[in-house]
Amino acid sequence: MHDLYRRYGKGLTYTFIGLTFFWLIVLVVLPDFKLLEASFRPYLPVADIGGPKDVYSLGNYAQIFGNEVPFSIFGIEVMIAARIKVFILTIFYSGVVTLITFLLAYPLSFYLAKVASGKTLPTLFLLLFVPLWVSEVLRSFAWYIILTLKGPLNALLMTLGLISKEIRWIDGYSPVVITLVYAYVLFMLFPLYNAMQSLDSNQIEAAEDLGSPWWRTHLRVILPHAKPGIASGAVMVFMLSAGSLLVPAIINSTTGNWFTQTIQGIMLEGQDWNAGAAFAFMLLLFCTLAVSVAMRVFRVKLSDIAK
Amino acid sequence: MQNSRKLIGHLYMAIFLIYLLVPLAVMSGAAFNASKLPTIIPWKGLTDQWFIALYNDNRIWGALANTLFVALAVVIIAVPVGAAGAILVNSISGRIRAVLYGMMVAPILVPGVVIGISTLLFWNQFSVPSGLHLSVLGQVSYIASFVMLLVLARLQSFDQGLEEAALDLGASHAQVMRRILLPHLYPALGAGAAISFFQSIENFNVTLFTRGGADTLTVYVFSKVRSGITPTINALAFLMIMVTIVFAIIYETRRRRNAAIEASREAEARRAEES
Repeated sequence: MHDLYRRYGKGLTYTFIGLTFFWLIVLVVLPDFKLLEASFRPYLPVADIGGPKDVYSLGNYAQIFGNEVPFSIFGIEVMIAARIKVFILTIFYSGVVTLITFLLAYPLSFYLAKVASGKTLPTLFLLLFVPLWVSEVLRSFAWYIILTLKGPLNALLMTLGLISKEIRWIDGYSPVVITLVYAYVLFMLFPLYNAMQSLDSNQIEAAEDLGSPWWRTHLRVILPHAKPGIASGAVMVFMLSAGSLLVPAIINSTTGNWFTQTIQGIMLEGQDWNAGAAFAFMLLLFCTLAVSVAMRVFRVKLSDIAK
Repeated sequence: MQNSRKLIGHLYMAIFLIYLLVPLAVMSGAAFNASKLPTIIPWKGLTDQWFIALYNDNRIWGALANTLFVALAVVIIAVPVGAAGAILVNSISGRIRAVLYGMMVAPILVPGVVIGISTLLFWNQFSVPSGLHLSVLGQVSYIASFVMLLVLARLQSFDQGLEEAALDLGASHAQVMRRILLPHLYPALGAGAAISFFQSIENFNVTLFTRGGADTLTVYVFSKVRSGITPTINALAFLMIMVTIVFAIIYETRRRRNAAIEASREAEARRAEES
């Protein structure tokens, strides 16, 4: 700080501090405090706001309970509140999306980092980037077109004789998972590629010369080296999936609700901003928890994830 | 590496690219189909009616103007804010640095829904109505993080000795900033501006909760897809994909030309060395 003052003088140093203050305090911290504060307030008509009825309570959080529906875990049927079920399923399927993107991206990032020739690499990356520049809303829409009952996917499978009757793809959580994987697989690919690229190819050769089968080389040499990349990609994809509203709202099936859709319903259709704040805060709390757990498990720092 | 495994690698790469690009092709194809629903089967004949419908859709052009306005405002605020944050974090060390850095990176991981709602509630208590200005503030709160990371990375290669020298030679603080620090940061600031711009255009979650009644392109396309879909959206998608491809081709040819120039220069240098 003192150093900054010496080099740029009073005016500029205060400008830096002022801008950072504006960002972190006014745009980030205070709104989050307001979110927490509002989440304890009841939903009242305008006239009653600030009146005797406007007292703090846990009422908004209690709204997650109620309206019990059956939910089966490993074949055991239990009764559970509908919103809690949606919350659990959102987290579960975000995990599924993360796993699938990892399985898809791992061989590809290995190929890009260690097999593909340096000459074709820039062209390949350009091709990989094309879908990223096309907006997410349109990419989700593309999958909606593909997956509809009378759509090209069913037509293709019928022509190939693989299925005899059209499959209802847009049902339950599978369309959301399919589209989220498509939308976010590149967020897994790039950090994985970065991590693998820094691995010395001699290490792989050494392992092979010493008689290690290919799968053991991956397990013992390449995977451990790629760990920060895996952590970064997994956290990114998981957060994007769990927080996505666009994809589940477009590939809409009534049996596959996402937790963000619950929040949207309360906020925009119910117009109950305080309950919306409570649900948003639950999501924020869970995300913070998930990131800290991931950082512990992978033993990485925040700066590794942010790369 | 064995050849068979290499072949599998090439094959997988090819399949993956097809997987990435086919949905875009399907979507583009539907833009030319005379069917009232956006699909490529059954094919009911070639038409340009969806492009004409798109051209006559005034709301979409208004939404586009809003989107560009918001993106520009985000760039103007997020770039200096993110850069200031990076300079500040770079000049301190120890525990405060770790805390400050954590606070600056965290917004990237916060779900957009949370940012949108908290921004809306925070400004609403000061009777600031919702609208695109709130969308700008909400978007800046996490887009500035990207700028900060880019500028911080660039600062690692900065030689502070240059500033010392300038100060010793009697340069003013403003001159040190303008003539030494900023020129070094230009590539990072440029990249930051580009990322901010595209992140803002893409944004949906924050905008949805803060926009008030105004449309941005993403929100408008979303509402269009949710309510009665016509292939007008496909026409829009086709145009966007075309723009992307044209830029990609320009970029690629320029890169190849530069690579060729580089190669010939190297060859020349080698020849000069040999003779």
